[in-house]
Amino acid sequence: MSSTTPQASTTTAARRSFLSGFGKFTLSATAIALLAGRDRLALIGSAEAKTAGNDVTILNAALAAEQEAIAAYQVGASSGLLQKPVLDLAVQFQGHHKEHATALATTVKKLGGTPVAAKAKYTFPVEKLKTQADVLSFAAELERGAVSAYLGAIPILDDRELAKVAASILGDEAMHWAVLRQALGLPPVPSAFVS
Amino acid sequence: MKIPFAVCIGVMVVASLCHAADGDAGKGAQIYQRCLACHSLEHNRSGPRHCGLFGRPAAALPDFTYSQALKSAGLTWDAVTLDRFLENPLKAVPGTKMAYAGVKNAQERADLIAYLKQATHDPAKCPEGSSR
Repeated sequence: MSSTTPQASTTTAARRSFLSGFGKFTLSATAIALLAGRDRLALIGSAEAKTAGNDVTILNAALAAEQEAIAAYQVGASSGLLQKPVLDLAVQFQGHHKEHATALATTVKKLGGTPVAAKAKYTFPVEKLKTQADVLSFAAELERGAVSAYLGAIPILDDRELAKVAASILGDEAMHWAVLRQALGLPPVPSAFVS
Repeated sequence: MKIPFAVCIGVMVVASLCHAADGDAGKGAQIYQRCLACHSLEHNRSGPRHCGLFGRPAAALPDFTYSQALKSAGLTWDAVTLDRFLENPLKAVPGTKMAYAGVKNAQERADLIAYLKQATHDPAKCPEGSSR
């Protein structure tokens, strides 16, 4: 097989590291307001519950991608290829993805759904990551995809407050992408619009 | 000889559709970048891998967990089914886990499908074993 797979222990370690910092984690004011508003879910009618079910599917798809991004940054950070201050940047970006994942999972629960679990193992093209630039390119590719994924999710979220939070995450991922492009020596913002 | 306006419009629409069917794989490679948060050619991500896509029944990869909706869709992936699915996945297969608004532009879909067709038949991108 031409790829390397990070072992479950790596993911577990990453998760443990994340959980140890959970007490320090704070949701944004927007997310807190959003999540508080979801507590009335048990009282709403079946039509709204169906709508919530659609949003759960969308949020779970975003959650799965965030979990994969966390694992990918773990691979990058553990590769030994990243030098400071790029390494610090990767760890910081991974932290953002952890915050996104926590907010999404919490929201899915508040909506009455079951958050998708992180996979025990992810497969990344590690054999192609030979230099810091390779790692940055891989990360930039993921972030660029994440921007498009959120762009494709926002219009179909029924709850406009959820769409607002998703747009907030999109903005963060777009900044990651721009910074990574800058670090690669590419124009950080390649066009006026993203798709 | 006068040609009715409606005929002209009809010809233009057909010509437009025919043009859209001719995808540009180079442009499709750029569009494929939108898919990379969830998909890759060679490996399963949060979405299934694309190597071996053409001619494969939907939800057929043994090492990926699909939605029941896609398992029951009875689709086989080709240019037509992909075009319909990519335009609006949730409408084409209600209940799919691919929660994405879709690629609304017909030419972009044609480009993307052209890229997928080319890339998934390229042994450098889809080595032995990645298509099953």
